Amino acid sequence: MTQPNVQPDRGYVTISAEECKGCGLCVEACVPRVLALAAHLNHQGYHPAEYAGAGCTGCGLCFHCCPEPGAITVYKLARPAAA
Amino acid sequence: MAEVPSGYTVLHERPKAFYDTFERKGELQQQTHYCPGCGHGLAHKMIARAIDELGIQDRVIAVSPVGCSVFAYYYFDTGNVQSAHGRAPAVATAVKRSRPEAIVFSYQGDGDLAAIGTAEILHAANRGENITVFFVNNAIYGMTGGQMAPTTMLGQRTTTSPLGRDPFNEGYPLHVCELLATLEAPVYLERVALGNAKQVMAASRAIKKALTNQVKGLGFSLVEILSPCPTIWKLNPAKAQERVREEMVKVFPPGVYRDHTTERAARPAPPPAPGLDELPRLLDLEGHEFDRTGLERPAGLDLRIKVAGFGGQGVLMLGEVLAEAGLLLDLEVSWLPSYGPEMRSGTSNCHVRIADQTIASPLVAQSNVLLAMNEPSLRKFIGDVETGGWVLYNSRSLPEGVTAPAGVEVLCIPFTELADTLGEPKAGNIVMLGALLEAAGQLPAAAIDRALEMHVKSARWLELDRRALELGRETARKELANAYV
Repeated sequence: MTQPNVQPDRGYVTISAEECKGCGLCVEACVPRVLALAAHLNHQGYHPAEYAGAGCTGCGLCFHCCPEPGAITVYKLARPAAA
Repeated sequence: MAEVPSGYTVLHERPKAFYDTFERKGELQQQTHYCPGCGHGLAHKMIARAIDELGIQDRVIAVSPVGCSVFAYYYFDTGNVQSAHGRAPAVATAVKRSRPEAIVFSYQGDGDLAAIGTAEILHAANRGENITVFFVNNAIYGMTGGQMAPTTMLGQRTTTSPLGRDPFNEGYPLHVCELLATLEAPVYLERVALGNAKQVMAASRAIKKALTNQVKGLGFSLVEILSPCPTIWKLNPAKAQERVREEMVKVFPPGVYRDHTTERAARPAPPPAPGLDELPRLLDLEGHEFDRTGLERPAGLDLRIKVAGFGGQGVLMLGEVLAEAGLLLDLEVSWLPSYGPEMRSGTSNCHVRIADQTIASPLVAQSNVLLAMNEPSLRKFIGDVETGGWVLYNSRSLPEGVTAPAGVEVLCIPFTELADTLGEPKAGNIVMLGALLEAAGQLPAAAIDRALEMHVKSARWLELDRRALELGRETARKELANAYV
């Protein structure tokens, strides 16, 4: 068996649905277009932003454009240790 | 929240310069109180990140304004002061000067900085205070519901410019960066916008630079941030951002309006404040030690004195000597002057209270001593003297039609004329003071004499005042003896 030769994404993003006010500025800022407002509502009645789960480049623009202090966290793929 | 797959490390997260929880609200204590898409959230976050990156959190003191961002102190885990409307640059000046090692920033909206606070920002900038100002311009009063601000754009409809801002009625939008750039002192002035990701990143750099300037001690830095207000503009957040990007930047062009950061050296440290022990010399108070030897504190005293006359008659000085005598006797005193703008010949009066109990108000509404140096003052205040009180009037008798309230003692002596016999009519106030010592009698003459000594600098005048005091006492003694024969 061989693993499919898929490169992992360079970045990853998590969004706290309860901190998000659904303004959508992260969706506007996202270059690879992997963020969208969810169909469901959060506790406050906003459609929170959601990550599609794949395609994040870790550019961080969504973080910088998000007015909430900690609603968005951006991760980057750690460089694998040299073999 | 989704599990982060393995192999990923945090790149951007909640800045440490924010509190972990925001105690203002009972729930959702991770969120700000700002509307969805509000520029304040972004500006706060950029400032917090810059504080993290510069490693200055323990040194920062934030001065928050009045406006939507009034609660900034709930967010920044730094020192915080909340100031009166528009006064943040003045407060920041005081904080920075008293704590030069602190990194002090003020955070203000356009209603706060560009309307009610125009004087403060102009003068703080002109003094080149080593502070950092973040000026959030959304062209509107947000918190109060969308009234026109000085920065409202021409034609923009607001609740107070419902037909759109008209330059002939409401003037033109105020350009703060351009205005401050006419001044010599500011080191760094930049206008940035929050219209898209690229502008946001540029704003972030400007904010960090403005704080860095202060860390280097360079002087006054201000960053104006064109910021969306989706709620008041009645636009969704993306459209509001677009308005910043498309419309606002045309009226308020982003750019660097002043950058002297490379050529300016750090401002010199402020000169050290004089020590407390130096103050008597600096204020010319030497020789004013309260020497209370031989003076006894009279018990049960409650003098409520009104001294009134023309400016130049020594009305205020007479009050001061009385108050100073009270201090020498270890009593509670207050001295409240009230006078017109002219230094001579206007009306002038002062309220003096001398008591052995705490004085609640320095105001003398009901007096028990009225010292009237002229007729208008007598007429004005004689009705307020209470039973058992004293009226001393600068003439031989009360003027026609004036009577003292029942139970009030009246002593009419031409004090100015008596002083003239000493060669100096200006000493009439002291002649009157001498008479008061005889009439009201509760103040020890020794205290008055010592107060005069402290108050009167010139030896010639002190000698004259002593003679005036004695003349007043003597005359009053005679008058009183006659009255009671």
